[in-house]
Amino acid sequence: MKRIRSSDVRHVAKLAELDFSDEEVEKITPQLNRILDHVARISTVDTEGIASTSHVMDINNVSREDEIREPVPQEEALKNAPEEAEDGFSVPKID
Amino acid sequence: MELNYLTAHELRKKLGSREVSSTDITQSVFDRIKRKDKDINSYIRTEEESALESAGKADCHIAEGGSIEDFTGIPVGIKDNICTRGITTTCASRILESYVPIYDATVIKRLKKNNFILPGKLNMDEFAMGSSNENSHFGPVKNPWDKSRVPGGSSGGPAASVAAGEAICSLGSDTGGSIRQPAALCGVIGFKPTYGMVSRYGLIAFASSLDQIGPFSRDMEDCAALLNVVCGHDPCDSTSIDAGIPDYKSFLTDDIKGLKIGVPRELMVEGIDPEVKSSVEAALKMAEDMGASVEEISIPNLEYALNVYYIIAPSEASSNLSRFDGVRYGFRDRSAKTLRKMYRLTRAQGFGEEVKRRIMIGTYCLSAGYYDAYYEKALKVRTLIIDDFNKAFSKYDVLISPTSPTTAFKLGERTEDPLTMYLSDICTIPANLAGLPAVSIPSGLSSEGLPIGLQIIGNTLREDNVIKTAYSLEKAIGFETRPKI
Repeated sequence: MKRIRSSDVRHVAKLAELDFSDEEVEKITPQLNRILDHVARISTVDTEGIASTSHVMDINNVSREDEIREPVPQEEALKNAPEEAEDGFSVPKID
Repeated sequence: MELNYLTAHELRKKLGSREVSSTDITQSVFDRIKRKDKDINSYIRTEEESALESAGKADCHIAEGGSIEDFTGIPVGIKDNICTRGITTTCASRILESYVPIYDATVIKRLKKNNFILPGKLNMDEFAMGSSNENSHFGPVKNPWDKSRVPGGSSGGPAASVAAGEAICSLGSDTGGSIRQPAALCGVIGFKPTYGMVSRYGLIAFASSLDQIGPFSRDMEDCAALLNVVCGHDPCDSTSIDAGIPDYKSFLTDDIKGLKIGVPRELMVEGIDPEVKSSVEAALKMAEDMGASVEEISIPNLEYALNVYYIIAPSEASSNLSRFDGVRYGFRDRSAKTLRKMYRLTRAQGFGEEVKRRIMIGTYCLSAGYYDAYYEKALKVRTLIIDDFNKAFSKYDVLISPTSPTTAFKLGERTEDPLTMYLSDICTIPANLAGLPAVSIPSGLSSEGLPIGLQIIGNTLREDNVIKTAYSLEKAIGFETRPKI
């Protein structure tokens, strides 16, 4: 597998909504390469015609009755909000 | 008499005969916590006032002739990734430092039906990512057997608290060995049930296809009793299995005559501590003496288990942890002027190094151009591993291996190199990938006086075989579970 570079790390950080300083990128890049090298060993395993595992117990499409239940009260739902306004979650300007 | 070092079933008898009260038991646990937990750091948060209040209620319930269930009036510590209504649940992370759940996890509801006592919330690696409990925002947990060593992880607090007499039993979670490996390193019992047996509702998700809640205890009888309480179908968790729940205590028999034990060569790994190996071999000899047959076997694809795990677990984690964005709960960076900047700064400061590393690996493995080579491929190799286990279980009742290749390592010894740390879980990861039930029981002490753990893996839903084997070996080994602290 190809080595990842610091530019790749910055791109992935963007996808993951993380923010790294230049020093952190320096540090994490070789660590990620070592881990990815290690896991890439599976590329040599023959998986022709093998299905992917979805649930280990072969459970599919679990459904339940669509019943009306007691909703979470608004004030409970907002209890942990870092900021709230007008009975809702408040966030900085959307860019 | 040190009540805090008795088992739940011993205490239940004493509660029944009115020899002790739940208040006495709870008090003795808190006395111990006050004397020892400054050094051990098992608890992120203790709840003495509400615990003593619950104990008083349990005592009234008993005095009025109410039923004494297995955990009525018994302090059971809870890992801090299991939601407790009204009690801060942090996942040992800065990002959830002040998060107070508005609901109880299903396992907590079930324990409350027993009138259990919640002494507090137990320390762990942040978001259950780690094998040493050094990744906690609230500081590392120390191993009660040697405070210069790690207790294992990620359930370091649940394991250390039970070993140190700071709880009678506890609940942890196991994604790649997070119950069994710390149990081994702390000399207690840790059980991971079949995937889907215990509801994950209210367990803050790490890797949903692997996570499973399970008990820590000082003997198999308490382990089976706690399984009886926590196992069972839950409509709130769509991956929970709708199968009947056996009485796990009925499997506590020491008859393993004719039991077929397989010893996977791939789990007697290279680099395994010779003392660990010989301790496990001695236990296997005991099993033979009791009439079981023991054969070395090969499960070829186990060779790839660690690789598969470190693709699947971070991939699922990167998706699960995207919910922590500073909007609805938890920490928020207040300096950012725009939403996207707020997300990034919140997550950059709220998550620790290891969590960010795993989010990065997962995001990379799921990203365009790499998904097929990493994630999809890992899911296929996972199928091969499951097929291999199915073949093994067509011939053998249980598989036995060391739980951890080494005894407890020194604090700081493996923190510099993430990959070396990951290798700590090499023996435990396969059971998670295949969803199998597995337990770690103490098999002895090393020459340095550190506990050694032995792992017993059973086929899907065959907890009976695992419990029977563990109980038989527990009796034969006769391990003294108390560290000298």
